[in-house]
Amino acid sequence: MDTTDSILSIQDLHKSFDETPILKGVSFSIEEGDLVSVIGPSGCGKSTMLRCINGLETLDSGIISAAGAQISRISGAKLDANFEKNAHILRQRVGMVFQQFNLFPHRTLLQNTMMAPVIVRGVPREDAEKNGRALLEKVGLGAHLDRYPANLSGGQQQRAAIARALAMQPKVMLYDEPTSALDPELVDEVLHVMKDLDAEGMTQIVVTHEMRFARDASDYIIYMEDGHIVEISDEDEIFDNPKDERTRRFLRRFI
Amino acid sequence: MKKTTLLLLLALACIFHSSVLADTKTLRWAAATDSNAPYAFYGAGNTLTGFEYEIIQAVAREMGREPVFVPNDWDGLIPGLGRGLYDCVICGIEVTPDKAQEVFFTNPYYVTYEQLVVGKSTPPVTGLDQLQGKPIGTLSQTASFNMLTKTPGVLVKIYDEEVNAYADVANGRLFGVLLDYPIAKYYAFSNPNLKFTGPPYGQITYGIALSKGNSALAAEMNAALGRVIASGEMRDILSRWGLWTAMVADTFGQPEDPSLPDTEYRAFVAATAEQPTLLNRIIGYARFWPLLLEASLLTIEVSLLGMVGAVLLGFTLAIMRVYGPLPARWLATLYIEVVRGTPLLIQLLILFYGLPNIGIKLEPFVAGVLGLALNYAAYEAENYRAGLLAIPRGQMEAARALGMTQRQGLFHVVIPQSFRLVLPPVTNDFISLLKDSSLVSMVTLVDLTGAYKQIATQTFDYFGAGLLVAAFYLVIGLPFVRLARYTEQRLNPGAHSTGTKAA
Repeated sequence: MDTTDSILSIQDLHKSFDETPILKGVSFSIEEGDLVSVIGPSGCGKSTMLRCINGLETLDSGIISAAGAQISRISGAKLDANFEKNAHILRQRVGMVFQQFNLFPHRTLLQNTMMAPVIVRGVPREDAEKNGRALLEKVGLGAHLDRYPANLSGGQQQRAAIARALAMQPKVMLYDEPTSALDPELVDEVLHVMKDLDAEGMTQIVVTHEMRFARDASDYIIYMEDGHIVEISDEDEIFDNPKDERTRRFLRRFI
Repeated sequence: MKKTTLLLLLALACIFHSSVLADTKTLRWAAATDSNAPYAFYGAGNTLTGFEYEIIQAVAREMGREPVFVPNDWDGLIPGLGRGLYDCVICGIEVTPDKAQEVFFTNPYYVTYEQLVVGKSTPPVTGLDQLQGKPIGTLSQTASFNMLTKTPGVLVKIYDEEVNAYADVANGRLFGVLLDYPIAKYYAFSNPNLKFTGPPYGQITYGIALSKGNSALAAEMNAALGRVIASGEMRDILSRWGLWTAMVADTFGQPEDPSLPDTEYRAFVAATAEQPTLLNRIIGYARFWPLLLEASLLTIEVSLLGMVGAVLLGFTLAIMRVYGPLPARWLATLYIEVVRGTPLLIQLLILFYGLPNIGIKLEPFVAGVLGLALNYAAYEAENYRAGLLAIPRGQMEAARALGMTQRQGLFHVVIPQSFRLVLPPVTNDFISLLKDSSLVSMVTLVDLTGAYKQIATQTFDYFGAGLLVAAFYLVIGLPFVRLARYTEQRLNPGAHSTGTKAA
């Protein structure tokens, strides 16, 4: 697989927690502008993989490259002294959205979007405010700039969390089950924002249980099971004609 | 950065309370003013008086120096001399070989004996050996204490204040009290429930104590004292205070009869015997307003500075314990356990009286603030630790995912949130600290509790003085409770948006 053109590539990623292997050699790469859905049963390692891509977890071994930043570890070797430094660079180029939103409750929505640019990048406050305002308007929260997260619905909070991540101008956006904590009627407003971003050419990886969204919006789908990638397939192909028996078994429950 | 703040704070505290430095123009003398009639005490009008007060004034005048009074606790008088807090101590200190090892004594300015006082209906006692199995009260570091402990079978009870000892004879808790004659005369002689019994025990001489090695000052003082005695001024003073006894006259080689009537003694008895009406009592307390206000100010100063120090140090300890590398975690844990496991009073005493042994002399104010800050830091650290751990992991993860370093995440995301969580316990701790600040009265500071001691021993109204000072603590504490509640509400997220903006 040629990795030089891809905006994100993962090679032979291994990760275990307390001797329990979670990721057992995961490799794939995606092109700029792709929207990729990662599906699979609970505990298959898809969330862990996402957290590794953002450098929130250390690796046991493997290489992760994204937008010019790279973290790596050779199997059995001690963690590189520069690992945290490289992970820090990586995180600035890769945005992440969490299942539980994790907005900063002591700050307004606008302040939530301004914090990282001001603190990490040293962006002047006026610029950060202008940018944050524009992003919140873009996700449909222009009327709620000065409200606190606790006073918003889950859908509004998750959209704000997306705006907050976008404020750092990431090259890749990662979503860890972004709609799992939402009431069903609030799911669409979040997915809608992601589709808009896709239309603008943002590279996005979504770990999700929303099969309808995965099928409608994804450029392709990664099916994971037991720490392995079982199948990478075209979104229609995987639903209509899954190649692997395990994929077939998993999808049968949703269709 | 935090440490420099703490140092700065202490430096400020020093400037606040820099004391008079030693020079040849002044004579800094110390005495314990709590319960110390007729020696040196606050009389009517809240002015210092007493026979020792008059003697030291006369001696200082003869030396050509300005007398400056430094109040201290009885137990701290000699240690304070070693610390250089003052030049000399005049406080009915008996000259003994033991004490002469520690300090230098001038020639005697008074000689007296121990007087046994018992209840009105107790049969006469003619010797100390008859006190076997009986509870007898006295003060610490006195000749009487040594005498009693050398008498087999006596149950010696140590009191802080002679008034309380005599009160316990009157109410039956003690069989008797053995104390220096001047004390017995002033506190028991005129009390109809008590009586003197038995012969004079021993002969004790009072000397002015100076720190060892200050022989120039000692010589100067002895010469001045000699002139005061020879001129008859000493006889005048002691006569007016009703303390010119045959023993004293004999020692000084002067006539046995008093040179003046005992006006001061009579005034004291009259003042203490009179039963004031409630109104008079309240009016009487009015003269303590300046003292109480000054003492309140000191209590507030010590408490606020102590709390600021405790918050800064406690915060540092909590960060060390939760986020620091392993050795830092151990260090912080050790500090917290040791400080929480030992009494604040002992810590204060070590800071003030112990540290000079290794060359660190702290001003009383600094020692008080530092003691409270170091002690409460341990409790604050645990508050903040709980606060830090209560913030969901996702908050730090979100901060890091946005490219913040751990430090940035801590300071901008985790700490501001935990600050709000810990406000209620920290408020409670401040109220506790305010009350615990009463212990700084043990390191010579006249805070509210120090003021209580002064007022109680002047008015003998322990109940009223206690209520009054308690009320002051309460009133000082209240605004802080309100303030904390207010900030808590203000910082509460959503509290302001639900009200106006969301509408």
